[in-house]
Amino acid sequence: MTGAEPKVTLDLAKAHGLTAEEYDRIIQLLGREPTYTELGLFSALWSEHCAYKHSKVFLRQFPTKAPHVLQGPGENAGIVDLGDGLALVLKMESHNHPSFIEPFQGAATGVGGILRDIFTMGARPVATLDSLRFGDPEDPKTRYLIGGVVSGISWYNNCFGVPNVGGEVAFAPEYRGNPLVNVMCVGLVRKDRIFRARAEGVGNPVLYVGAKTGRDGIHGATMASAVFEEGAEERRPTVQVGDPFTEKLLLEACLEAMATGAVVGIQDMGAAGLACCSAEMPSRAGTGMEVELSRVPLRETGMTPYEIMLSESQERMLLVVVRGREGEVRKVFAKWDLEAVEVGRVTDDGELRVRMDGQLVAQVPVRALTDEAPVYEKPTARPAWLDELHAFDPLDLPPPADYEQALLAILAAPTVASKQWVYRQYDHQVGINTLVLPGSDGGVLRIKGTRKAIALTTDGNARSVLLDPYQGGALAVAEAARNLACSGARPLAVTDCLNFGSPERPEILWQFSEAVRGISEACRRLEIPVVSGNVSFYNETEGQVILPTPIIGMAGLLEDAGWRTTQWFKGPGDRIALIGPEAVSLGGSEYLATCGRRVAGRLAPLDLTLEREVQAACRAAIEAGLVASAHDCAEGGVATALAEACMSGPGEIGADVALPSVGRLDLTLFGEGPSRIVVSIPPMAQRHFEGLMQEWQVPWRFIGTVGGDRFTLRVRGEVVVNLPVERIAHAWRTGFERYVA
Amino acid sequence: MRFGVVIFPGTWSDCDFHFVIGEVLHQPVKYVWHRDTDLSEYDCVILPGGFSYGDYLRAGAIAGRSPVVEALGDFLAGGGFVLGSCNGFQILCEAKLLPGALLRNECLQYRCQSTFLFVENAETPFTRGLRPGQVLKMPISHGEGKYYGDAETLRILRGRNQIVFRYCTEAGEITKEANPNGSVENIAGIMNEEGTVLGLMPHPERAAESALGGTDGLLLFHSLIGSLIEDGSFLKR
Repeated sequence: MTGAEPKVTLDLAKAHGLTAEEYDRIIQLLGREPTYTELGLFSALWSEHCAYKHSKVFLRQFPTKAPHVLQGPGENAGIVDLGDGLALVLKMESHNHPSFIEPFQGAATGVGGILRDIFTMGARPVATLDSLRFGDPEDPKTRYLIGGVVSGISWYNNCFGVPNVGGEVAFAPEYRGNPLVNVMCVGLVRKDRIFRARAEGVGNPVLYVGAKTGRDGIHGATMASAVFEEGAEERRPTVQVGDPFTEKLLLEACLEAMATGAVVGIQDMGAAGLACCSAEMPSRAGTGMEVELSRVPLRETGMTPYEIMLSESQERMLLVVVRGREGEVRKVFAKWDLEAVEVGRVTDDGELRVRMDGQLVAQVPVRALTDEAPVYEKPTARPAWLDELHAFDPLDLPPPADYEQALLAILAAPTVASKQWVYRQYDHQVGINTLVLPGSDGGVLRIKGTRKAIALTTDGNARSVLLDPYQGGALAVAEAARNLACSGARPLAVTDCLNFGSPERPEILWQFSEAVRGISEACRRLEIPVVSGNVSFYNETEGQVILPTPIIGMAGLLEDAGWRTTQWFKGPGDRIALIGPEAVSLGGSEYLATCGRRVAGRLAPLDLTLEREVQAACRAAIEAGLVASAHDCAEGGVATALAEACMSGPGEIGADVALPSVGRLDLTLFGEGPSRIVVSIPPMAQRHFEGLMQEWQVPWRFIGTVGGDRFTLRVRGEVVVNLPVERIAHAWRTGFERYVA
Repeated sequence: MRFGVVIFPGTWSDCDFHFVIGEVLHQPVKYVWHRDTDLSEYDCVILPGGFSYGDYLRAGAIAGRSPVVEALGDFLAGGGFVLGSCNGFQILCEAKLLPGALLRNECLQYRCQSTFLFVENAETPFTRGLRPGQVLKMPISHGEGKYYGDAETLRILRGRNQIVFRYCTEAGEITKEANPNGSVENIAGIMNEEGTVLGLMPHPERAAESALGGTDGLLLFHSLIGSLIEDGSFLKR
């Protein structure tokens, strides 16, 4: 072993984010003190980011199996069968910490990382979506972060050439020092052309392909596994720098190389770079690997083995290819002006051996880095302050003096208002598949060569999760599935991004465990498997923890692309119906947050059986061709959903609606509850629709008619809102833009 | 009519053009690699959208000096047509096959949105199936689409009727509000003096199927195919 490296001590191990117990365990596994490079390997692979050590025991609850699941969690991405010999690859990932330190590159490389996760499976990425969370929009720092994050996503996404078809942006002061950037990507692959990250075949060469390795991003995975103290921005050098052009070349070259049949296994060098690939790939295959670092293409001089192994330079992949066919693969990469260098080979002894100029610098059993990583079941504790939040009754507050003003305030709230400023900066049409553009409940893309289409959505309401993590987690799944039902799709699979504070705090871990329990229960009851995902802990800066924010990404299938449905009203004279239960609450509502400036109270109950039936009934009506528009009632309640249906389409149109009273007027208008969908039905289809709803036996009623240029809401025969559509549209269109333009 | 769709490293509208020409228009179409220089088997070469060579230096600057673009001079002299959309328009300006330049959008942001185009000149091989003043709907997707030409360039463009499309409102008014990127005189597309090279920032291939929001983009292809059939030039080659 080399003598030039620093002496490894317990203090050094602690500085690497390892505990004393973990350091002892390393010594026990190796039977000796680790070298400096080995310490680096353990610190990266045993980080929360790579090892899921605090979350693993909880994540086991997720239902991950179903007949159509071709690949569940544990690979770079999940895969589900679409029929017709095609499969859909999906994954969502966070890039929160880097995006706070350097918003442009942090968000851009978040997109880059998730794209590689998809095409490393052999799929061509066909769409991305993004869920973003920021602090108070009044704060100038927030404006800076939004600008940087959105332009970073826009730059990487557009240059690479993948359409961004949806997402969401929400605001709360708790995200001030810790914004969230979650990006989802889906890709299409032929079922017989799926690739996995496995180092099979003893003696097969290991090829390094793509960009050169530099010092950027060293310890990115470790950084993402700790809370931020003051001066976090000084960690800018741990943020990677992206190059979407190289990524585009890497995509084309990888897919072309895979088509030769010479590729055995492939993995993206993302978090923890070469260290992660050279341990995980043999670990999955039950093999070992040897690498010679002097052969790794470098863009800086004097890099140590430690730095080369831990670099998170972007746009790189590690390939295992069939011995004797290296030339074919190298030729493809040369065509795309990319490096493809043999850096090692697959061995049979289960060891990872790392050499520099022939000299051994690390030798570790691959299972010690992967399967033997510590797994914790740390204590959880229900926070005492929850009782106080639950004790608050929003109906103790006086009702608003003016319901029209309250509605306009909600529509102009940055979380509800139009996000056109964001998505018009993203290419959403490249690939010419996008049937439903951003701005509806779900993005819809056709699958060329078939009658089918896929629908995609991301959802998460952190206020609900804060007040009731179990139900909040379940609600996120229910809402995502409802969005897909409104688009005409049957849900296929979930990918998730679980953003929380430090799991070492019992109250945070309780939120996490409850949310996971809720997500699991909803996925089981709605029969939607979880096939991939990501956990992001330690979202805390200077003691301020974020709201518990599980984001659910969901993909669904439309057997007939013609079923696709959008959320906005279409024709004057169409009847408006509300499908779903009456139970709503102002607890945790947008109305309470916007007009009452607080997040408290109790949520309306969720009945997953009813949820399932409402979604099925909506889908049945859509498939029968009876529905002109369908929109989920979410933040801001039924009044907001109706207003959105009037103004979010290509043209504005009015509506006259009599809402069934459920108590106080503010509760009737703005109360939020699950399983509720607003649909519009052309007069010709009315009878048929009535019959169908009776058959499904779900609660529903006609509540109004589309038409005119005014938005009118009546309750108990009294007009409570009567505004020109133009006026509500103006509030909604400018509500977010006023902070960023 | 035989189409060739050029692939530069970083091009992404190549597959979209290929699909529309092959599957919607049912015309023969092949990909052309950026190092190819023999274009003799094509009637029309398409330079698609994307970020050729990463758009490093300037958008289209490196592609404008690539082997395939250098071969376009001979291809045009032999009676060929060239259509450049988005990055293709930027490349044609960089290669001096069209006058002027495309600068960063005035809003300093990328823009992906629907636009309306006023047909200024309906007597080109690309637009002869249209009416002067007709309004087309076509999407844009670019960060550097602000057309710029100096006073002399604009005078020549106007004098020779080389301005083909201007951004307009749905009703056909050429206003500042209808201009998505700050282009001088709302210019969205221009041609060379001979009418054999058309460059435009909007994407005709994204407006070629009603399921995707419109078919106005097809009108350009129909015009071009019609032109070639009528003057018999495609039979001669």
